[in-house]
Amino acid sequence: MNLLTSLGLVASEEVLSGFGLLLLLVAAWGGDKAARTVTVASILALAAVAVMAVPSLMLSRAGVDVSAFDGQFAQDSFASYAKLLIYLGAAVTLLVAPNFFEKAGVYRAEFPILVLFAALGMGIMVSATDMLTLYVGLELNSLAAYVLAAMLRTDERSAEAGLKYFVLGSLASGILLFGISLTYGFTGSTNFGAIHESLSHGLPTGALFGIVFVLSGLAFKISAVPFHMWTPDVYEGAPTPVTTFFATAPKAAAMALLIRVCVSAFGSQTEAWQQIVMAAALLSIVVGALGAIGQSNIKRLLAYSSINNVGFMLLGLAAGTLEGVAGTLVYLAIYVVMSVVSFGAVLMLTDVDGNQVEAIADLGGLSKVKPGLAAAMAMVMFSLAGIPPLFGFWGKFVVFMAVVKAGYVPLAAIGIAASVIGAFYYLKVIKVMYFDEPSGKIGGKCLASHTAIVVIGCLFISPLGYLLTGPLGRLAESAVSALTHG
Amino acid sequence: MITIGHYVFVSSVLFVLGVLGIFLNRKNIIIILMAIELILLSVNINLVAFSAFLHDLVGQIFAMFVLTVAAGEAAIGLAILVIYFRGRGTIAVDDVNRMKG
Repeated sequence: MNLLTSLGLVASEEVLSGFGLLLLLVAAWGGDKAARTVTVASILALAAVAVMAVPSLMLSRAGVDVSAFDGQFAQDSFASYAKLLIYLGAAVTLLVAPNFFEKAGVYRAEFPILVLFAALGMGIMVSATDMLTLYVGLELNSLAAYVLAAMLRTDERSAEAGLKYFVLGSLASGILLFGISLTYGFTGSTNFGAIHESLSHGLPTGALFGIVFVLSGLAFKISAVPFHMWTPDVYEGAPTPVTTFFATAPKAAAMALLIRVCVSAFGSQTEAWQQIVMAAALLSIVVGALGAIGQSNIKRLLAYSSINNVGFMLLGLAAGTLEGVAGTLVYLAIYVVMSVVSFGAVLMLTDVDGNQVEAIADLGGLSKVKPGLAAAMAMVMFSLAGIPPLFGFWGKFVVFMAVVKAGYVPLAAIGIAASVIGAFYYLKVIKVMYFDEPSGKIGGKCLASHTAIVVIGCLFISPLGYLLTGPLGRLAESAVSALTHG
Repeated sequence: MITIGHYVFVSSVLFVLGVLGIFLNRKNIIIILMAIELILLSVNINLVAFSAFLHDLVGQIFAMFVLTVAAGEAAIGLAILVIYFRGRGTIAVDDVNRMKG
């Protein structure tokens, strides 16, 4: 494999970094006046790399043909599946950001560039087949994300969110790195394939510690219990478009990374990580469901909802079968769209002057003031709860099917019981919107771009989404097949 | 004779000190930044020791990457700390409580 072939395989990363650096110059030259131009260019760049990811996914490419730089990087169908979700999340963030930040003060031209670099980092994460690439991608994503969280510099909550995210994110990186160093020391390599090979001869205690530390570090990034404590604060404090970003792209990237590490690197010692993932999954489902009760801020509520959903995704991985992993990927795609719709709807909740409304109590009587928005919110809440006619149910269904087939019936039973508790707080929001007295706080006009995002997302999570179950399942299977190849 | 076990022991102690430094420290956010740095350096000791032990260069290259990223991380951490201080006028850990629940 020569250098040119390798450089050809990382074309989408080259496009993103090239665009990022170029636009950084434009931003430095044009100042904040150029912000909208930079945003449009960034969205175009994301669309371009998304198109580039499609062929690899459709042709389910895998193995040595798509492995670049001596096994450091793989542009396979699994990476492409995750990348499409990442680019979708980043593009939606860039669509909703300008109006929000202009209302809050000034829309800085650096914002779209940071999103672009974060997307680049996430692309490297999901393509990583070596601990070194994994670390570099993860840090590129994290460093951009810390700044994004603190983007509203004069807002105290935003600065505090940035600080908390930075401290806990760095701690997570440190834990992950310590795990990587132990894995390297006791298996003799940082390459996923070589670690897999080495672990198939037995599991030294040091390597077991390594696996535990690596999983803990990644659990931070996907905000799985017991490493979830930063999530509500960061989701609440960060500017809402940034929260939209955090709930979609980095979550998809970290989940995909976790899957690849578990299956490709630690796949020969499934029992070693399976119990950890199982415990994290059940705890996330329960803590996510219980923690959301009593929340008064809609962004905080959605943060707990994301913890809860991460639990269901981990359940698929905990099954320890490839079918379970495919279920997780299907769930991930549906979850990303549900997050886009829910935060798109939250962004549309404004008072007459266009200021954001975040308190759940202020949503009273939303169905009378803005019936369409209330219907969309109700739909996404039902879908997040996994109530049948909506598409959110399908994600839970495939995951539970895989868990039951793998023989872990009690696991599925606890998961289903906890999802009933979860339904309670989703229904509470719907009750406030439809049956409470109008609060008079909601008003103003809805922007066309937000409306379009929410309507398209709602079509996807509506029962019409079931038309996509076949293709979505096939794509997930094609992605998973790349994990075991070579 | 110093064996690989000694190195791993030292780096583990440093790592635990770093983690405790983040959680037990109630005074100052700068100390948290120092604790994070301590964690990253403990990892570097591990990587370099294993690299020498395994006669494999990857660990040392990895340590270079960790050093570079740590520099960037410290820069961003201090930058966020500065904007936080501008808004609140304090960097005491106990005061980072605008959001709860």
